[in-house]
Amino acid sequence: MKFPKLTTLLFSLATASLLFASCDDDEDQPATGSVDLEFENVVGNQALTLNASTYYTTEAGDQFKVSKFNYFISNVKLTKSNGTTWAEPESYHLVKQAEENTHSFTLKDVPTGDYTQLTFTIGVDSTRNVSGAQTGALAQNNDMYWSWSSGYIFLKMEGSSPQAANPGNLPNGGPLQFHIGGFRKPNNTVQTVSPSLPASTALKVRGTVTPQVHLKADLNKMFAGPNTVRFATLAGTGHSSDPNSVKISQNYAAGMFRIDHIHAD
Amino acid sequence: MIRKATGWLAVALAALLSAACHPDRDVRPADEEVPGTVVPGNFPAPVYTPPIATTPASFALGRQLFYDARLSRDGSVSCGSCHQQFAAFAHAGHTLSHGIDGRLGTRNAPALQNLRWGRSFMWDGGVSNLEIIPLAPINNPLEMDETLENVLRKLNADAGYRQRFAAVYGEGPINAQQFLRALAQFTAALTSANSRYDHYARGEAGGTLTTDELRGLALVRQRCSGCHATDLFTDETYRNNGLNRTFAADSGRVHITGRPAERGLFKVPSLRNVALTAPYMHDGRFQTLAEVLAHYDHGVQDSPTLDAQLRQPGGRLGIPLTAQEQADIQAFLLTLTDHDFINDKRLAERQ
Ligand code: HEC
Ligand code: HEC
Repeated sequence: MKFPKLTTLLFSLATASLLFASCDDDEDQPATGSVDLEFENVVGNQALTLNASTYYTTEAGDQFKVSKFNYFISNVKLTKSNGTTWAEPESYHLVKQAEENTHSFTLKDVPTGDYTQLTFTIGVDSTRNVSGAQTGALAQNNDMYWSWSSGYIFLKMEGSSPQAANPGNLPNGGPLQFHIGGFRKPNNTVQTVSPSLPASTALKVRGTVTPQVHLKADLNKMFAGPNTVRFATLAGTGHSSDPNSVKISQNYAAGMFRIDHIHAD
Repeated sequence: MIRKATGWLAVALAALLSAACHPDRDVRPADEEVPGTVVPGNFPAPVYTPPIATTPASFALGRQLFYDARLSRDGSVSCGSCHQQFAAFAHAGHTLSHGIDGRLGTRNAPALQNLRWGRSFMWDGGVSNLEIIPLAPINNPLEMDETLENVLRKLNADAGYRQRFAAVYGEGPINAQQFLRALAQFTAALTSANSRYDHYARGEAGGTLTTDELRGLALVRQRCSGCHATDLFTDETYRNNGLNRTFAADSGRVHITGRPAERGLFKVPSLRNVALTAPYMHDGRFQTLAEVLAHYDHGVQDSPTLDAQLRQPGGRLGIPLTAQEQADIQAFLLTLTDHDFINDKRLAERQ
């Protein structure tokens, strides 16, 4: 049922963009430009440091440390105020806190113009979850794949908390292990978000300069929002999708990603 | 959607063309270097097509990996350890499979055959693509207890493998995608389509069935093909065939999908080569086909997700089968043994 609708939509968008392209054909302007997306992971108003010496605190007051924080950003789209949409082809990116060079990537061959909306999926669409062996961000050996219930782990957060059950008496508290994934109803955790641009700014793609969109990802929003998470009762999800994974995905969809600012030059 | 349809069309066309060019060519001529490249005439269109066409070199590379115990942590277990050709690539005589250090797995190893027609794999359908399968046994601490990273390290340290991979996939270090696709070149080729029943179905020489076998065939079509459908003898769905009331030990499909209505549902296995693949069912609970038929006749247990086909009018459960009917069905099931498949040297380990 969804298929034909989407196709029609895409087709009309494509037609629309063709029409627009031919209307304001500006001789001096290159037809396309680039946009950098930068992801800065934070906890509330603090920078995120893996294995920090001090604890972070959730909005509900639990203490924790972070040893791993990874997530997929995929199917990136830019939309102009007139509704024209550009979608990055083969759009799969894996951000790993431990690997600095994964914190930013460049969208290339973006048609010039003023964009008013950025949209992306946190995770991986269902099609690629059931496709065969992949390369790049989606390679099955990137530490983000479940093998026995095959599919991608969309977001991984590991760490420890004094409030979490600690049967092994570990010095930094009990283990936290949140592995969020799953693309099937009823436990579908694929979330698509459109964090708003800073007030009265447009993302101007010109071809001469590469604007940088600086996003902040607030890890604390995994545990706050529609579903408050306390580590005493929930210190992990995973092995495959479950209702708690869905709740956490609803949290991070609601408020984790924020566009902090856009550098125009 | 469109791409899939085009793919099928291409396969169908290819099949037509090859049929037209070689009108009296057998399904699998003895000198064909790569097995399983021709779609058997009595099979539906396959689901999986290898991303690169299978060549003798790519097939041989997949076979080498399948029989290489270096895929396990301590070099003791290969895919072929649990999937043995003489048992149609099931694990002969093992209720549950033994892996590394003799550790016992939790499920019975199924036959590996006609995987190109599979829509999802494992008893619970947890693996959704043929190329992805090796990750499950490699990562499983009870099976091969190894990581993909380590396997790639071992392969890249071997000049012979580097050369063979480069010949098929181009220069550069062997990566995860190449490794997984290479193994799939072998598993996709495991085609069983030359049993006596197949010759009968295709009207070929050697395709004679006795009267008991024909009675058994009629019974299977009537009573079993609601699930063991088509000449693949499975409809690739998940069903509860009444093995348990609660499925506490293994909940089956619900474990993957989270849908309570799928508790106790397991993949309908093919009946091909079933005489070779004892013990039976996901947990290997039945040792003989006679026990399986006795189960359908009077052993079926009730639970909310029991398949409707196993509920008879009047509240009786199962599929009533007289002793004669059970004997006829068994006689027919034996005609599904494919001696060409289990003796095909091209599928065997190279010494
Ligand atoms: C320790 C024994 C063991 C080893 C080693 C092993 N397997 Fe398996 N295999 C099994 C068991 C048990 C199952 C059923 C698992 C399940 O349903 O959860 C299975 C299932 C499969 C299936 C699914 C078949 C179907 O129809 O759904 C395939 C394909 C397969 N294995 C291929 C392989 C390959 C390739 C390797 C080597 C990388 C391998 N196996 C190594 C025991 C093993
Ligand atoms: C309602 C669907 C259904 C019907 C009808 C049905 N089966 Fe099955 N059969 C299954 C399922 C599902 C399994 C696997 C169950 C499990 O392991 O949990 C199975 C397993 C088997 C196996 C074991 C195969 C193996 O490799 O372990 C045999 C043999 C078998 N069935 C024969 C028959 C015969 C013969 C009939 C007809 C008399 C029949 N079945 C009717 C669904 C069905």
